[in-house]
Amino acid sequence: MNPNLKDASISALVALGLFGPMIGLKTESGSIGLFLIPRPLALAAAVVAVFFGRLLLLTWRGQRPRGTQTNHKLAETIKRSGRFLTPALLTLAIVLPFISGRYGIDLGILVLTYVMLGWGLNIVVGLAGLLDLGYVAFYAVGAYSFALLAQTFGLGFWTCLPLAGLFAATWGVMLGFPVLRLRGDYLAIVTLAFGEIIRIVLLNAASITGGPNGISGIPRPTLFGLQFTAAGGHGSFTGFFESIGYPIEYSPTQRVAFLYYVILGLALLTNWVTLRLRRVALGRAWEALREDEVACRSLGINVTVTKLTAFAIGATFGGLAGAFFATRNAFISPESFTFIESAIVLAIVVLGGLGSQLGTALAAIVMIGGFEVFRDLADYRMLLFGLALVLIMVLRPRGLVSGRTPSVALGRRREISAELVAEGRG
Amino acid sequence: MAPLLKLTGVTAFYGAIQALKGVDLEVASGEIVTLIGANGAGKSTLMMTICGSPHARHGQIIYDGRDITALPTHEIMHMGLAQSPEGRRIFGRMTVHENLLMGAQVVGMRNYAATRDLVFGLFPRLKERLTQRGGTLSGGEQQMLAIGRALMSQPRLLLLDEPSLGLAPLVVRQIFGAIRQLNRETGLTVLLVEQNAFQALRLAHRGYVLVNGAVTMAGPGAELLARPEIRAAYLEGGH
Ligand SMILES: Nc1ncnc2c1ncn2[C@@H]1O[C@H](COP(=O)(O)OP(=O)(O)O)[C@@H](O)[C@H]1O
Ligand SMILES: [Mg+2]
Repeated sequence: MNPNLKDASISALVALGLFGPMIGLKTESGSIGLFLIPRPLALAAAVVAVFFGRLLLLTWRGQRPRGTQTNHKLAETIKRSGRFLTPALLTLAIVLPFISGRYGIDLGILVLTYVMLGWGLNIVVGLAGLLDLGYVAFYAVGAYSFALLAQTFGLGFWTCLPLAGLFAATWGVMLGFPVLRLRGDYLAIVTLAFGEIIRIVLLNAASITGGPNGISGIPRPTLFGLQFTAAGGHGSFTGFFESIGYPIEYSPTQRVAFLYYVILGLALLTNWVTLRLRRVALGRAWEALREDEVACRSLGINVTVTKLTAFAIGATFGGLAGAFFATRNAFISPESFTFIESAIVLAIVVLGGLGSQLGTALAAIVMIGGFEVFRDLADYRMLLFGLALVLIMVLRPRGLVSGRTPSVALGRRREISAELVAEGRG
Repeated sequence: MAPLLKLTGVTAFYGAIQALKGVDLEVASGEIVTLIGANGAGKSTLMMTICGSPHARHGQIIYDGRDITALPTHEIMHMGLAQSPEGRRIFGRMTVHENLLMGAQVVGMRNYAATRDLVFGLFPRLKERLTQRGGTLSGGEQQMLAIGRALMSQPRLLLLDEPSLGLAPLVVRQIFGAIRQLNRETGLTVLLVEQNAFQALRLAHRGYVLVNGAVTMAGPGAELLARPEIRAAYLEGGH
């Protein structure tokens, strides 16, 4: 028997076992509890699809030229386009509110929030190599500290924003301490638990956090003290223009566009800080730590401090993004801070190519943007999403932009793509 | 004159396993001292114990007149000790330049240019490969980088763990030559851990033989080389 056929048959068998209960049986609630409806046709379709899919994949692989030529070509293209892609994306980001409608700006805000979260997590996972599955915890801490500070003390957005970052940083250190000795899988499990603990605490500390009802009526950000309200008058955005003799019409888009620029600014701040840090001793120590902790110790690096700063700075940006999320939505509840958020942000970082700023931004655009574009597909979106992840990992196992840019350049930058370099130890 | 490094009755454990069983060892300023022994004798452990990872359970380690036995590793490495660990452990994804910068971090880049030129003088290869990633260097070049990186902290005492491991004889000669040159020209004190006993003993002023976590023999390099039991155990058949 043809080995490809055999392989495909085995795949089909596995699919039968797996999909048998998942697709082959459907539960329906009747008058006396649940009853099962068998769906043999759907099951057969799924199994046949797997059989031919596998066969196709194997044939394609067999015909592919030796080596990973396609891979290198793609890597080269991305790298070459990187030079003008970055300024192009930045320009697009700046002019977006002028060229797109309300929906486009809203989508832009969403994408930029994830770009910022991605860049923040990139410090922890991409640079320092600490696998954090509970990043959403800092997002939540930022959102709740902002909401509570604003409501309890009546403070404005711009006062609360740095405080929210500070709170998140504190929690970052608190998470950092117990996990200092852990790495890899163990670190991942503990950070995962940390994310869940924070969410469950928020859910149950109802007297402070409002429990499942969350917190509503969170104040909106102001522009130099000017509010974006329909009422106009003194102290409002439109009122200001009226007072200087250029009256403009109020529109809710003004507020949304302002929010857009706030998150754009925050995201760019994250990027700028990361790029600066990479060029100084601390950032280089993070990257060295990711490669070899023992070597770092032997070079006199204080591993404890290095790890904690990575957690703290990564958490700070998560917290800032959280504060922004709270002010944008004006309402938060624990439901917004589930594990899936951590997973999405981590997927963005990994797909982007660990450590790459451009890659992270691209991955956020593709994933979050793609998610929105395919909104009409409803439940099939998740299927498509999973398929896209698998596809990217097959084509680009080290992420979209995998070449590491040296933190110091001597004259002409020379770069060797990560494919040629052995994996770091540890 | 008091020795630069002095170990008395040092023991070290990995959990319940005792890897060092009361080691006495001295390194005087300006000396090259080698520590030879079979695989698993505890040579690397001794090296790491000096650096505080693992900490010595009993005994005392005095460096430059200070008791460093209980100090954390990063503090010890700030006192003028540098180590090139076993297996080189250079940062593979980082460039040669970045690796050297990592070595200089502990002294806050003090005298960076002069130290870098010293390293380039010893290993001109590194200068040629400055923008190349560590992981793409040859084994010999990686070892040069590991030593160069350690030298970037301008140490008084350099600890080298098996720099000849897995290298061609010609490259080994080159690296040992560099160690000798450093010692002669800058007065750098070196503690060299080696399995390559013949070459190490020829290079070193004095040597120690470690067997099962304990020192069994010590003396001038040439004297140890001449002993029949050393010849039998470490030289004949091996190298
Ligand atoms: N991290 C470790 N955990 C447990 N045992 C170890 C560890 N490192 C070394 N050992 C044990 O300690 C002993 C000495 O090892 P080592 O110092 O590496 O020897 P050498 O460098 O002379 O080859 C060996 O028996 C080894 O198995
Ligand atoms: Mg060893």
